[in-house]
Amino acid sequence: MTQQHVVHAPLRQGELTGYVHSTESGAGVDGPGMRFVYFMSGCQFRCQYCHNPDTWKLHAGRLLTVEQAVAEIASYAGFLKFAGGVTISGGEPLMQAEFVGALFAAIKQRYGLHTALDTQGFLHANVDDAWFDQVDLVLLDIKHSDPQRYLEITGQALQPTLDFAQRLKRLGKPMWLRYVLVPGLTDGAEDIARLADYAASLGSKVQRVEVLPFHQMGAGKWAQLGLDYPLAATPTPTVVEVEAARSVFAARGLTVC
Amino acid sequence: MESIAQQAVQADPWRNFAAGDWQTRVNVRNFIQLNYQPYAGDAGFLAVATERTQALWAALGELLKQERAKGVLDVSADRGTSITAHDAGYIDPKLELIVGLQTDAPLKRAIMPNGGLRMVEAGLAAYGFTLDPVIKEVWSKYRKSHNQGVFDTYTPEILAARKSGIITGLPDAYGRGRIIGDYRRVALYGTDFLRKERQQVFHELDDAVFTEDVLRQREELSEQFRALDELREMAAKYGYDISRPAVNAREAVQWTYFAYLAAVKEQNGAAMSLGRIATFLDIYIERDLAAGVLTEAQAQELIDDLVIKLRIVRFLRTPEYDQLFSGDPTWVTESIGGMGEDGRTLVSKNSFRFLNTLYNLGPAPEPNLTVLWSTALPQGFKDFCAKVSIDTSSIQYENDDLMRPYWGDDYGIACCVSAMRIGKQMQFFGARANLAKAMLYAINGGRDEKSGAIVAHGFEPIRDDVLDFDTVMARFDKMMDWLAATYVKALNCIHYMHDKYAYERIEMALHDRDILRTMACGIAGLSVAADSLSAIKHARVHVIRNEDGLAVDYRIEGDYPAYGNNDDRVDSMAVWLTETFMNKIKAQPYFYRNATPTQSVLTITSNVVYGKKTGNTPCGRRAGEPFAPGANPMNGRDVHGFVAAGASVAKLPYAAALDGISWTASATPDALGHTAEDRVANLSHCLDGFAAAGGFHVNVNVFRRETLLDAMEHPELYPQLTIRVSGYAVNFVKLTREQQLDVINRTFHGSL
Repeated sequence: MTQQHVVHAPLRQGELTGYVHSTESGAGVDGPGMRFVYFMSGCQFRCQYCHNPDTWKLHAGRLLTVEQAVAEIASYAGFLKFAGGVTISGGEPLMQAEFVGALFAAIKQRYGLHTALDTQGFLHANVDDAWFDQVDLVLLDIKHSDPQRYLEITGQALQPTLDFAQRLKRLGKPMWLRYVLVPGLTDGAEDIARLADYAASLGSKVQRVEVLPFHQMGAGKWAQLGLDYPLAATPTPTVVEVEAARSVFAARGLTVC
Repeated sequence: MESIAQQAVQADPWRNFAAGDWQTRVNVRNFIQLNYQPYAGDAGFLAVATERTQALWAALGELLKQERAKGVLDVSADRGTSITAHDAGYIDPKLELIVGLQTDAPLKRAIMPNGGLRMVEAGLAAYGFTLDPVIKEVWSKYRKSHNQGVFDTYTPEILAARKSGIITGLPDAYGRGRIIGDYRRVALYGTDFLRKERQQVFHELDDAVFTEDVLRQREELSEQFRALDELREMAAKYGYDISRPAVNAREAVQWTYFAYLAAVKEQNGAAMSLGRIATFLDIYIERDLAAGVLTEAQAQELIDDLVIKLRIVRFLRTPEYDQLFSGDPTWVTESIGGMGEDGRTLVSKNSFRFLNTLYNLGPAPEPNLTVLWSTALPQGFKDFCAKVSIDTSSIQYENDDLMRPYWGDDYGIACCVSAMRIGKQMQFFGARANLAKAMLYAINGGRDEKSGAIVAHGFEPIRDDVLDFDTVMARFDKMMDWLAATYVKALNCIHYMHDKYAYERIEMALHDRDILRTMACGIAGLSVAADSLSAIKHARVHVIRNEDGLAVDYRIEGDYPAYGNNDDRVDSMAVWLTETFMNKIKAQPYFYRNATPTQSVLTITSNVVYGKKTGNTPCGRRAGEPFAPGANPMNGRDVHGFVAAGASVAKLPYAAALDGISWTASATPDALGHTAEDRVANLSHCLDGFAAAGGFHVNVNVFRRETLLDAMEHPELYPQLTIRVSGYAVNFVKLTREQQLDVINRTFHGSL
């Protein structure tokens, strides 16, 4: 009844493995079309508004070989051809970059599906340019445009993420920028304008900017993990507020939703 | 007898139509194929509701409000109804373009004692009406009903199985329905032509050996002939002469509706489906549009007006019936779209107009708009369907690519998922047998787990403390043999008596003389039975017995894979159950009128009642807890999202369930995409993916859980909130509270 039911062949010595927290087969919000999503375990960020804090710990998942992981989409491949593709998210997938790269390659080779990487980009320097050949789209999550605030929210530096965006621009890799609008945390007018300027500077490979209204759906997970949820009292932004934020990006000629 | 050919050359109603076989004999498909115009464009041409339409709908709205408050607005309890029993009735004759009501006033229900007088009395009593004493005398002294006939023949085992609920919902106390008259024939030919055709096929049998079968058929043909006359008479009360073919679009809609109206005046069938009329009517509309005598707004008005009528079809039913099939459904199913055998799409502009009524009149459960989905449908139509689904949750999808090879390209859906060639095929509706309970009977040796009574005789209980998979399978196999035999016997009783005492005269008058009949069996509790087998195989299931040694509960040690997660270890068990029970049905020695046995995996809303009647099950489901509807995974056990759930359901083989496999999926708008355009594209792609994977049917609901919770508290704010349940749609506020909770507790695929 749980997700841990897949029978695995015993691991062979030296075989490449990764920790997969869970998979989801029916999401329409993590890339174009309907996506099969691998949520990788492990993240070095501790974002205050994280809605998947259960994926933070690297070992909070199933240890799978690439072969085992790719087998999970076998019966969906026909559907995904029609409907969308595969997204690897997390956690932070770049925490397990070697495994994730091999998984993308296997998905491409075997099924030719559209692939997307959902990341905050912090660890991009650990992989070479060729690593991205198997990735059709990067969903780049930028938590804040002010370095100090970024550090406060995530516990890490902003610069690597911005460098990553420049790198994607250089590689000509399509990207969707994602920004979670959190009242009181990320909804400052100057902060949004600064991010919008930056996004516009990245050029035409930014196919879309997604302004995602903060929601309380992650609250249950914080409670289950026995963690204090710092945003327990934070409201969901109103439709007007979300539209106002979107218009800042739209005003710079960006496609936004 | 007059020659049919002479009639047919009367060319005026058929002006500008391409000539063909259809002119000399009844052949509606031929007429459609030669004359329809496929439409590959988008919804841009559609017209909004006119002021007249809005005024009519508003007038009716007042009455609907009163009806919601009372349950039943009014009953014509003074007469047993028939095609001609009532005078003409109107909502507002100044506003109506398409006329005709079941009785002489809107929402006033008729009584149909041929089905069973007790049901009529119970229905009347439930809403505070009393039966006319003359009616009571006639149907208790002089006239026997279907219900009495059936109970004259039942065996003690059938009665016990019915009482315990291992077989439930049998149409032995209500009309069987699921017969679709080819109502289009009346528009295309007029009743004179059709009466002559009946005469001809009647006399063809004059020299046959008069066996019981032939005698029954001759009597039926005479009844059909008479019913066509009554149909003409009924239309005359509204001032129309339908003895001749329809001459324009308005008449084509009106004639088709009159034919359907006669059926719902005569029969209180569980499902009174309409067939596949949209593209047929489009031919008349296109002809009038081309001649400049009709505008798009007027064409939409005709369809809006027809749909208003279809929305107020009503039957008097009992509270017991409502428990099984909640929300006052009538299954006025209209099948829309699909592809032709020649590769052209059967989507026409009128396919769009029918869907557009959900905007012009707001969402509604009836008519039960059913899109015949093919991956080859034009994208413009796919996108519009997806948009309508997202906006209204009022339509269902069935896989045309699966059905067309079996049923051709002029079939329609009766009720929820039952495909049949229009005018060439009918079914003997068989409700369903409860496979989950059959498994409990296998464990308890035929003794009912709730009452302790022996229902199936001659079986030994399993005495193990931990259930052994092979032992359970062996016993279960035998119990399914018993169930199939008992079940088919009951259906033979029912349909013999239904033909005898409550024959569908007008519906059958609009069929060919010689038709295919199916015996449509069904199964309930598929996911419960599959999960239970999985638990027994993959975990350890301990039996808990009461002081009488009856297994009443189970303790599961360990985990097991559950159906609905695209896991072959258990999905294969659901496939095995479906195929095995079908084979056991097929193995029965006799099917009334040589019917071909089929099977559905469909519960409608009776999943709640089945759950109530079934004790604790080895999968961990608690006694009384609702089953999942149709072929759905059990609530909350499909943890991998709706694509995985759909993949599991799509594995069930249509060949072993030719009466349909129902899946109900709910998604929140947020799960389908961030923008309206994304949602439309994603849903349309999902439907393609599901169809390509061999999925048969899906009800698509798109709403937020909070909306439903709010509607439970403030029903007055949500009079038109419509949701898809198993095979049909209901006004959410008309469901019992229990069923509302069942819907809400069902998996919402949406949150991460």
